[in-house]
Amino acid sequence: MVKFQNVTKIYPGHAAGPATVALEDVSFEVKPEEFVSIVGRSGAGKTTLLRLLLAEEKPTRGQIFFDDIDVHKLPSNRLPQLRKKIGAVFQDYKLLPNKTAYENIAYVMEVIGLSDKEIARDVPEVLEIVGLKDRTNNFPTELSGGERQRVAIARALIHRPEVILADEPTGNLDPYHTLDIIRLLLKIQEMGTTVILATHDKETINRLGKRVITLEEGRIIRDEEKGRFIL
Amino acid sequence: MLTNFKRIIKSGWISLRRDGELALATVFILVIAISVVTSLFLSKEMSQFLIYNLQEKVDVSVYFKESATEEEILDLKDELAKMEEIKEIDYVSEEQAYQNFVSKHESEQIIMESLEAIGENPFLASLSIKAWKTSQYGTISSFLEHPSFENLIEKVDYYQRKPIIERIFSLTGIINKAGIFLSVLLVIAAILVAFNTIKLAIYNSREEIKIQRLVGASNWFIRGPFLIQGTIAGIFAALIGLAVFSLVCWLLSPKIEFFFPGLNLFGIFTNNLGLIFLIQLATGLGLGIISSTIAIRKYLRV
Repeated sequence: MVKFQNVTKIYPGHAAGPATVALEDVSFEVKPEEFVSIVGRSGAGKTTLLRLLLAEEKPTRGQIFFDDIDVHKLPSNRLPQLRKKIGAVFQDYKLLPNKTAYENIAYVMEVIGLSDKEIARDVPEVLEIVGLKDRTNNFPTELSGGERQRVAIARALIHRPEVILADEPTGNLDPYHTLDIIRLLLKIQEMGTTVILATHDKETINRLGKRVITLEEGRIIRDEEKGRFIL
Repeated sequence: MLTNFKRIIKSGWISLRRDGELALATVFILVIAISVVTSLFLSKEMSQFLIYNLQEKVDVSVYFKESATEEEILDLKDELAKMEEIKEIDYVSEEQAYQNFVSKHESEQIIMESLEAIGENPFLASLSIKAWKTSQYGTISSFLEHPSFENLIEKVDYYQRKPIIERIFSLTGIINKAGIFLSVLLVIAAILVAFNTIKLAIYNSREEIKIQRLVGASNWFIRGPFLIQGTIAGIFAALIGLAVFSLVCWLLSPKIEFFFPGLNLFGIFTNNLGLIFLIQLATGLGLGIISSTIAIRKYLRV
């Protein structure tokens, strides 16, 4: 499903500082319908890894495959096709500032080309699932951090993508909502979606009992089938 | 496809409404650009009218000796009429010249008294000749100087008028050249200002464009709403431009006509209304759409 092959990412240095190695010779494979957590300290390379898969950035060396397609060989005009198959929850939410919660979620469905009827049916439902039914017509600036995060999660899963990439999706949530979101991700995975979760939330990882890849300074130091959060 | 198109239009309209201030600024700048282009069009029309009028006033008169009969003069007139360079010839007989002079100076007592003192008609019969172009008067006058006309023609006043004719000729040339140069300069300035305003407006949305790319929107789905906004702004700007110019032309027209009799600015405006609106619409739409397309390209590279 997803394969990283000897991937290295170096951010070039500039006047203010030297080059940074974000990922170094990273290789792993994620099978369809798998639930993989990627853990590590801040700056270990979790976000870079997800960015490379979404083709937001290019690797310095190595290849990344999605469904056997080399992601970084795709021309710019074919990237949308790849991205439509991926639902991403960004660490900084990346909600469209001029659209309401409802419109942000509906936008992804419009991009996919779903009908107005489907949009009108699904969006209120998913807003209810993430507990934002009464925030439907609020703009992102009118929402709290946790609420924005939940809109971002709703947007990532509304179009039933093949893979969900979740970068710290519970970073701004209280324990009660964190549990809800993790349960939701598990349920989605059971229904057949691959989930890649990047987090440094120890509690969550230890309770999951799923595969854990541990990153340290850009290298994979551990990859266990029923992993725990050990740093 | 149709659904996408509908969504693009709707999305463009909604963002235009939500970001009203920016939209207003864009429309305002476009109105300025449109005004520059429209003023250039109108001043071109006006200067053409003035130059034409000026050239229309230029003519060459041939005065005949008293001994020349009307028949001889009219024969020459027919011969001249065959020349390609000549646009118009008027025959003014001695009596007519006298009448013209009297009607022109009726109220000026001294002149009338001195005319009476002469006792006879002092005027000569003449042909007043108009050429198509100022540059053709030289050819016409050299034809008239042919020795065979010597005992018929008293004088050709081309040489008296030559400096004026040539000056008008070179002046209109200079006005035209300066006008073109100034127009190009102004249009470039207006386009640059409008382009940069739209570029800034889109710079404001760069993060949004990036997000749209990351959630899988195609370039056209992202670009579309911006183009719709550019189109709507362009149309509004053209309508405002038309309204502003209707008012300005209507108000200024009498004042301009006071200085340049016969120059009817409002008339020029209404006669060319269709063309003017087309120019305004093309300027507004062209700037709105082309600037958006160029400005947005940079941010689609995610």
